[in-house]
Amino acid sequence: MRLLDEANIDDIAVGAAILGSGGGSNPYIGKLMAREAIKRYGPVQLHTLDELDDDDLIVPAAGMGAPVVAVEKLPAGDDIVRAFHALGKYTGRAPRATMSIESGGMNSVRPIYLAARLGIPVVDCDGMGRAFPEIQMTVLTAGGISASPFAMSDERGNILLMDAVSNRWVEVFARSCVTHMGAIGAIALYSATVKQLKAAAIHGTTTLAEKIGRTVREARLKERNPVDAVRAVVDGFLVFRGKISDVDRRISEGFAKGGAKMAGSGAFEGQELQLAFQNEHLVLRVDGDYVATTPDLIAVLDSETGAPITTEALRYGMRVAVIAFPCAPQWREPAALELVCPRYFGYDIDYVPVEERFAS
Amino acid sequence: MRIGIDVGGTNTDAVLMDGTSVVSSTKTPTTANVSEGIARALRDVIEDSGIDTAAIDGVMIGTTHFTNAVVERKHLTPTACIRLGLPATVCLPPMVDWPLDLRDIVGGNAHLAHGGHEFDGREISAFEPDEVRDIAEKIKAAGLNAIAISSVFSPVNSIFEEQSAEIVRSVIPGANITLSSEIGRIGLLERENAAIMNSCLRQLAARTVDGFKAALDELQITSPFYISQNDGTLMNAEFAKEYPVLTFASGPTNSMRGAAFLSGLKDAIVVDVGGTTTDIGVLQHGFPRVAALAVEIGGVRTNFRMPDTYSIGLGGGSLISPPSHTSPLSRGESTLKVGPRSVGYELTEKALVFGGDVLTATDVIVAGGSQDIGDAGAVADLDRDLVAAVQARIMEMIAIAVDRMKTSATPVPVIVVGGGSILVTGAVEGASEIIKPDHFPVANAIGAAIAQVGGECDRIFSLAELSRDEALDQAKQEASDRAVNAGAAAESVDIVDVEEVPLAYLPGNATRIMVKAVGDLVEAG
Repeated sequence: MRLLDEANIDDIAVGAAILGSGGGSNPYIGKLMAREAIKRYGPVQLHTLDELDDDDLIVPAAGMGAPVVAVEKLPAGDDIVRAFHALGKYTGRAPRATMSIESGGMNSVRPIYLAARLGIPVVDCDGMGRAFPEIQMTVLTAGGISASPFAMSDERGNILLMDAVSNRWVEVFARSCVTHMGAIGAIALYSATVKQLKAAAIHGTTTLAEKIGRTVREARLKERNPVDAVRAVVDGFLVFRGKISDVDRRISEGFAKGGAKMAGSGAFEGQELQLAFQNEHLVLRVDGDYVATTPDLIAVLDSETGAPITTEALRYGMRVAVIAFPCAPQWREPAALELVCPRYFGYDIDYVPVEERFAS
Repeated sequence: MRIGIDVGGTNTDAVLMDGTSVVSSTKTPTTANVSEGIARALRDVIEDSGIDTAAIDGVMIGTTHFTNAVVERKHLTPTACIRLGLPATVCLPPMVDWPLDLRDIVGGNAHLAHGGHEFDGREISAFEPDEVRDIAEKIKAAGLNAIAISSVFSPVNSIFEEQSAEIVRSVIPGANITLSSEIGRIGLLERENAAIMNSCLRQLAARTVDGFKAALDELQITSPFYISQNDGTLMNAEFAKEYPVLTFASGPTNSMRGAAFLSGLKDAIVVDVGGTTTDIGVLQHGFPRVAALAVEIGGVRTNFRMPDTYSIGLGGGSLISPPSHTSPLSRGESTLKVGPRSVGYELTEKALVFGGDVLTATDVIVAGGSQDIGDAGAVADLDRDLVAAVQARIMEMIAIAVDRMKTSATPVPVIVVGGGSILVTGAVEGASEIIKPDHFPVANAIGAAIAQVGGECDRIFSLAELSRDEALDQAKQEASDRAVNAGAAAESVDIVDVEEVPLAYLPGNATRIMVKAVGDLVEAG
C-alpha cells in the first residue's frame, strides 16, 4: 500500500493521457476533482490486488458521455458516490475499494476522487490498460465478469440500475440513457471480488500511468527527449518521426472517425505513415505495411515536448513522434481480441502483436 | 483620418492614416503611466504630419495594460462570483484552479445556486430568486460591489444570468456585474474565470480609459476613441470600461490585421519578427486563426478566441553561437545556434554594429550586406561562411515554424512584419511568395487603426428540430445582430468565420456552431 497525494495525481494524469492512445478525453477536469478531494479529505490509499482479501468486493467507477459537455456541466461529485453506493446496495455487500475500468484519460483519475471522498482505497489495476469507447470493451468482459449490475446517476439524484443479459447490452442502454441525463453520467459497474480481478484485470496500471507521467516530467526537466524516455518505460517501438501532412475527420453515429497521414523526417525521410482512428488511434501503416493495430497501444506525441495528441487535436503541420507498444497480454486471448480487434472496428486485417511485426 | 496606437511592453507605436495610406508613424518607449506614452506618441504623429486635430475622425488604441495588471497582480478589485448550476458543478467551485496568491487578492468569495441549462437547452434545475437574493445580501454584507455571474451552458441560454443580475442590482444598487455569457464561450471554468477577471479589472479600466480621454483632450482631439479587442475588432470607450478582459492578447491580433491590410491579402501566414522572439500566425479571411486550446493569463485558464500563434526564440537581438567571430573554430552547422538567448531591448547598445561586443543576428545580416544599419565596418571581417550559415539557419527556423502553422501542403504567401524583419533574407520553403510591406515595423498600430466592429455566436444547436442550414442561418443572424449592436453599419456586416463541431460520444445530432460577423464602424456624426 502507498499513498497518492496531489503531486502523484499530476503524473498519473499525464501518463493516462498517453495510455489513452488518442482517446479518453482530456483528464484536466478529472485531475482537478481528484486534487481538490485529496486537499480536503487527505491522501488516497493505493493497494495492489495482492494486498486485499480474495473475498473483498471491488466496485469500479467511471464517467461516461460527451467530453465537450463535461467541460461545461462540471460534475456534482455526489453522482459518482451515489452510483457507487447504489451498486453496493443492489449487490447486498459493502464494497471494500474502487478502481478504474479505463486507464486512459479522465476515467483514470475519477476513481481517485471517489476514494478520497469516501475514505476507501483505490486498487492498482483496471479493465483496459488504455482507453476504448464502449463499456463492453474490457478484459473483464472476456474474463467472465459482468458489467451488470450497472448503476448510473446524474447530479439530480436519478439512479438507474440495470441488469442486462450481456455487457454489450449495458453499453446500448446506457448510451441512450446518458443523453437524457444531459450527455454525461457517473457510472459504477463490473463489481467483482478480488479473486476474480486477480485473474481477469490488468494489474499495476495506476502505477504505470504515474511512472510514464513522471518520466515525461523528469525528461523535460533534464532537457532530454521525452519521447525516447517514454518509449523506454513502456517497452515500445519508435514507429515514426515526421509531420502530419493530412487529416481527414468526420463524425459518424456519435463517434469521431477518420485518418491522418504523416511524412517522415530524419531516419524516416521519404516514408509515409497512415493512421486510422475512431476516438482512439487504431491502425498504423508505414508505406502501406501494417506496423501496429488495436488493441496494441499507439501514442502520437509532440516530437519536442512528448505531449500526447488526441484524435481530436491532430492537425496538419504538427511535428510528431509515433510510438507503439504491446497491450496487456489478456487482450491477446481470443475472447478479448474479438471485442477490440481491427475487424470489430471495420478494418479487414488480422491482429498481429506489435513486437512480432517489428521482429520481422 | 484615423490614428492607431499600440501600447506594448517595450514600445508604444503610433500611425496616422488617411484612408488607406500611412501619413506618419512613430515608435516611442512605453511609460509607466500609459497615458503619458500615448500623449507623446500622439504628439509625435500630429506634429510630424502637421495636420489639424479637427481632421482626426477616430483614435484606436491597443493596450496590454489590463493583461499586465493580472500578471503583476496590481490594481485588482476584490470580486465575488455566483454560479448557477446546482446540483451540478459542486465539486469544482469558482476559482478552484487559480493560483493562490491571485485568489487571495480577489477574495475567493464564491457562491453556488440553482439554475443552469443542459447542452440541449433544458433546465438543469429551476431558478430560485430567493436563493440569489440571499447570496446578494451576503455579498453586500462582505462589503463587495464587484460580482461575476456564471451559469452552466449560458452560451446556449443566458436567461438565468440576466435574472440573477437584476436581483443582485436590487440588493446592491450600482453593483459592477459581469455575466459570463457576455464574454466567453463553452468551457465553464474558463468562461467564469474571464468574467471574474473582468469585474476585477473594471475600476482600473475606468481610470485608464479616462486617462486616455484626458490625453486626447490635452491635445484637443475631440474625435471618439476606441480600444482594440483580442478578436481584431473595436470597442468604444464606454464598452471598454465594461469589458477590459476583451483586450487580452490584442497585440498579436493587431499585428496580423495590420499585415493583412498592408499586403492586401486575406489568407496568408504572418511572421512577426521582434527583438527576442518571432510570432507566427495564420490569417484566414483577413482575421487571425483562433487558438483551439485554453490560454493562461497570469496563471488563470481562459478560453477567449485568442489568436493561434506559435513563437520561436528568434529575433534581431538573438545571440549567435559560436559566440565570438574571432575564433570561429567550429563552423559545422551542427554546432551553430541562433537564439533563443537575446540581448533584447539592449540591441542598440550591445550589438557589434552599435559599438557593443555581442554577436547578434542583426550583425550577421548587416555583414551579409543586405542592410545598412549602424557601423557596417564593425562586422566587415566576419567569417563569410559563418554569415552564410547563420542566414541559412534563420531561414530554416522560419520555414519550419511557418510549415507548422499551415493547414495544408499548398504553398501560401508569407507576410513579414515587425522591427526584426531584416532577418528574412531569402525564400521560405513552402511559401508561394514573401511580402515585406512598407511600414512593417508599425504593423500593429496600423492593425489598430483599421479595425472594424464585430459580433459572435457560439452555441450548441440540436439538429433534431432544425435543419443544418436553418441552424447556420440562425447563428449567422445572431452574430450579425451583435455586430450591429456593437456599432457596425448594418449594410457593411460580413460573416468572416463559420466553424461547426459535431459533438462526439453522443447519439443524435448535436452540433456546436461558431460564427463571427464584422462590419465597418458607423462614422460618428
